[in-house]
Amino acid sequence: MSSLALVAADTAVIAKRNLKRIPRQPDLWSSFTLQPILFVLLFVYVFGGAIQTPGYPDYVDFLMPGIIVQTMAFGGFVTAIGLSDDLRKGLIDRFRSLPMARSAVLSGRTLADVATNTVSLVVMIVVGILVGFNFSSSPLEVIAGFGLLLLFGYAFSWIFAFIALSSSSAEGAQTLGFLAIFPLTFASSAFVPPDSMPSAVQAFAEANPITTIVDATRALFVDAPAGNDVWGAVLWCVGLIAVFSTLSVYKYRRAVSS
Amino acid sequence: MRTLRGVPPEAAIEVRDLRKSFGDVQALCGIDLNAPPGTILGLLGPNGAGKTTAVRILTTLLPPDGGTARVAGLDVVKDAAALRSRIGLAGQYAAVDENLTGFENLDMVGRLYHLGRGPSRERARELLERFSLTDAGDRISKTYSGGMRRRLDLAAALVARPPVLFLDEPTTGLDPISRLQLWETIEARVAGGTTVLLTTQYLDEADRLADRIAVIDHGRVIAEGTPDELKSRVGGERLELTLRDYGEEEAAIEALAPLADERPKCEHGILVMPFDQTRGDIAEAVRRLDDASVGIADIAVRRPTLDDVFISLTGHAAEQDEEGEAEQREEAAA
Repeated sequence: MSSLALVAADTAVIAKRNLKRIPRQPDLWSSFTLQPILFVLLFVYVFGGAIQTPGYPDYVDFLMPGIIVQTMAFGGFVTAIGLSDDLRKGLIDRFRSLPMARSAVLSGRTLADVATNTVSLVVMIVVGILVGFNFSSSPLEVIAGFGLLLLFGYAFSWIFAFIALSSSSAEGAQTLGFLAIFPLTFASSAFVPPDSMPSAVQAFAEANPITTIVDATRALFVDAPAGNDVWGAVLWCVGLIAVFSTLSVYKYRRAVSS
Repeated sequence: MRTLRGVPPEAAIEVRDLRKSFGDVQALCGIDLNAPPGTILGLLGPNGAGKTTAVRILTTLLPPDGGTARVAGLDVVKDAAALRSRIGLAGQYAAVDENLTGFENLDMVGRLYHLGRGPSRERARELLERFSLTDAGDRISKTYSGGMRRRLDLAAALVARPPVLFLDEPTTGLDPISRLQLWETIEARVAGGTTVLLTTQYLDEADRLADRIAVIDHGRVIAEGTPDELKSRVGGERLELTLRDYGEEEAAIEALAPLADERPKCEHGILVMPFDQTRGDIAEAVRRLDDASVGIADIAVRRPTLDDVFISLTGHAAEQDEEGEAEQREEAAA
């Protein structure tokens, strides 16, 4: 078998294994589905009335693209928790003692997490429509938006794979993840327009890749002005995947269970 | 035994001067090991002695700092990729995926050894049957007992029929009946010609399973030999007599002195003397004590155990946990 075919075959075996595990861990993924639903309800019915979003028919039309981006980012936790678990239980040792491709444990993990993100995405769209969100773009743009969101979720899975492999425990990885995601998503265009923020925070928000992804999703879902955001968003995702997959595989080779 | 590069391997496991440090903790300070094909080599030592580090290096999980190690004729560093298809590893933590069924676990391992879809499934079914897990094979392994998980772990290590098998404390934490069952399973596997490196902190386990034992403490091999050779180091059989009355110790020593080269020792009413079947028997000792009117509460012939060996070699008992700290630092550093 050529080395590329070997990587693909081993990745498929690991991805299949992780997919089988999903329905058997209802507590894990229900928490990552319920939390964003609560966020939607909180922002639409509690904060929404106080937030001005000129150019959007309703706050919910502004909010949904942002909150789905945050949900995709949080999807990385499933990656981190899964890997930390495998490390702690000695499964990574077993995998590393097998004649399999070194990258397959990680590529299989992150590939399977695209499936969990797809489930979260569907749930969020349904909840969004129930609270009054409307797509106002062409079906092709909506589909492109789904693709972008899943690509972004895939990038965050790699970031979290790296965090999990760099942390000594699952709890450590979670804390590190929360510390990264909250400032990144709140100091962005996800929940409020950046021009309402103080100038320093506004500068951060405008440079923040989350803003680029959120604005691109808005362009694709509700026909907000896009500028270069869509291509910028794709570039960001590809760049993050390239950097963090390289770093994660490097870490994995040296990973030791404790 | 298959030959590689035309050179027949003399030993299935051959380790020379293997060294490994974690920060300032020396986990292995130059160990030598040797296991001929088809034998079990026991690596015996307390927690933190360096056993797990040795297994990790030999299974390519950890690079050594120095020395050489060859397994199945392959160098663990230079030929690591090729070696992985020729070894099986079963660890002390029973590394099975508890969210998969027994069958799914074995099938996954088979696919990762690249056995192919059909053969992998067939092998999984075959191993489940051999390890008495057929009925539980389609159950999530989270529901398995400790003994069942260890059996599944061991089965996973055997999926590719590896010529060399590493068992890192395979029975730690198991109840006595599960231990016994696992021992029988291991014995049955090696009867087929597999070479096994077994680490354990249980002396009875090494005694029962190993052809040769390397006793390891503080990262060094402090003794090596067959279980009998190691036991003969602390002397032969001994006769232990428990006296009915502490006041009769002197009389008992006087009565039995002619039977032994050394004067028997007596402490807390228990008299211990070297015992040699050719020089007299239990009846003779009893007769002499009876003549001296010394009352006997209990009488036993005691064979030296590996515990005796361990205590005499290291000055502490094998199951003491005083080295646990070193192992923790080792893990933290790694």
